[in-house]
Amino acid sequence: MTTLVQLDGATRWFGSGHTEVVALHPTNLSVEAGELLAIMGPSGSGKTTLLSLVGGLDRPSSGRVIVGGRDVGALDPRGLAVLRRRTVGYVFQDLNLLAGLTALENVALPLELDGRPAAEARAAAAAVLASVGLTELAGRFPDDLSGGEQQRVAIARALVGGRRILLADEPTGALDSITGESVMRLLRAHCNEGGTGILVTHDAAHAAWADRVVFLRDGRIVDEARPAPGPEFTGSPPGPAVRASGSGPA
Amino acid sequence: MSVRFGLLALLAEAPTHGYQLKTAFERRTGGSWALNIGQVYTTLQRLERDGLVEAVRPGTDRRDYRITGAGRTLLEAWFGTPVVPEGPSRDELTIKVLLAVAAGDIDVTEVLQRQRTASVEQLQAYTRRKAQADPEKDLAFLVMLDALIFRTEAEVRWLDACEARIRHAARPAREAAR
Repeated sequence: MTTLVQLDGATRWFGSGHTEVVALHPTNLSVEAGELLAIMGPSGSGKTTLLSLVGGLDRPSSGRVIVGGRDVGALDPRGLAVLRRRTVGYVFQDLNLLAGLTALENVALPLELDGRPAAEARAAAAAVLASVGLTELAGRFPDDLSGGEQQRVAIARALVGGRRILLADEPTGALDSITGESVMRLLRAHCNEGGTGILVTHDAAHAAWADRVVFLRDGRIVDEARPAPGPEFTGSPPGPAVRASGSGPA
Repeated sequence: MSVRFGLLALLAEAPTHGYQLKTAFERRTGGSWALNIGQVYTTLQRLERDGLVEAVRPGTDRRDYRITGAGRTLLEAWFGTPVVPEGPSRDELTIKVLLAVAAGDIDVTEVLQRQRTASVEQLQAYTRRKAQADPEKDLAFLVMLDALIFRTEAEVRWLDACEARIRHAARPAREAAR
């Protein structure tokens, strides 16, 4: 297995002395290629701090954070920017799509900022938009897309350029449950194809799409959930005879 | 709910016999409820006695049943009546948490976390089944899984709320102790 994200005794504190606040106590965690990890915990438990460290938005106070083979603590601001453009994609609750750009242009933007030729960036963006089922809406502006469609554009933007590590902070926050589910299916598909996803959420039904759920409290991992065996359904398994309209007894 | 409304609902679609009712019932309920055939026959006899179903060809070997007018009326009334919980929940989890809160010498947060982990593991198992299901062919199964998922999710939300309440209640006491 390939470990794409690894924390070795990583900590994060702010201030010093009397005013010191520990956001993350020494934490060990590794996430493999193909794995979707969810992080749950109350507000202030350190979820977003942990995600910021993995996303190269912040550096650990001590310990190591290795992302895609790079030591985040050793990178300078420029190195962190490169990590964010090439290795790690971020999806937020508020999508941060640029209103003046089409879906395709939004998705192509990280590649263009990385110095890739426009034509190449657009071709790559079109391919990723196709993978999230948005080919026909590529020319639309964000305001002309539904919430679920906008979130799919944001996911495409996070993945474009072959970034394997997808970080999502409450990505289903404003969506209804079925639309939220379709977002989770995309994250799941990304991991099934060998990528890695880390999802921060307070929604247990969405966290349940993950292979592993870690629970944070007061800056510490306090427990971990993996799928229970089963469930066993004792009756006949569902078969093709089950239809919405009711086809009568078989 | 009793099995009798399930059988009435199936017979309202087409007359049929006991064994087919059993398999259709199990499929319609998403595989969540296995019936034994004896239970199906006793229920059919009671429905017949009450005039809600009748045999299609009385006295022959193959007993197909069909729903009567009275049966349809009762079924429609059942579908039209909302299900209302009978009273405050007395399930084991609620009672366990209430007793842990009252006990004082028990780490309630730990009790809550153990339950939260177990509930999320259950949710993960349901979600795996959901991910494998075909949204068109397995509609009944998915609707049944949604019911299990939303109930378990509600349980986790309740555990989160318990923890937040307990933290909130503990805060003034801690500050006063300083």
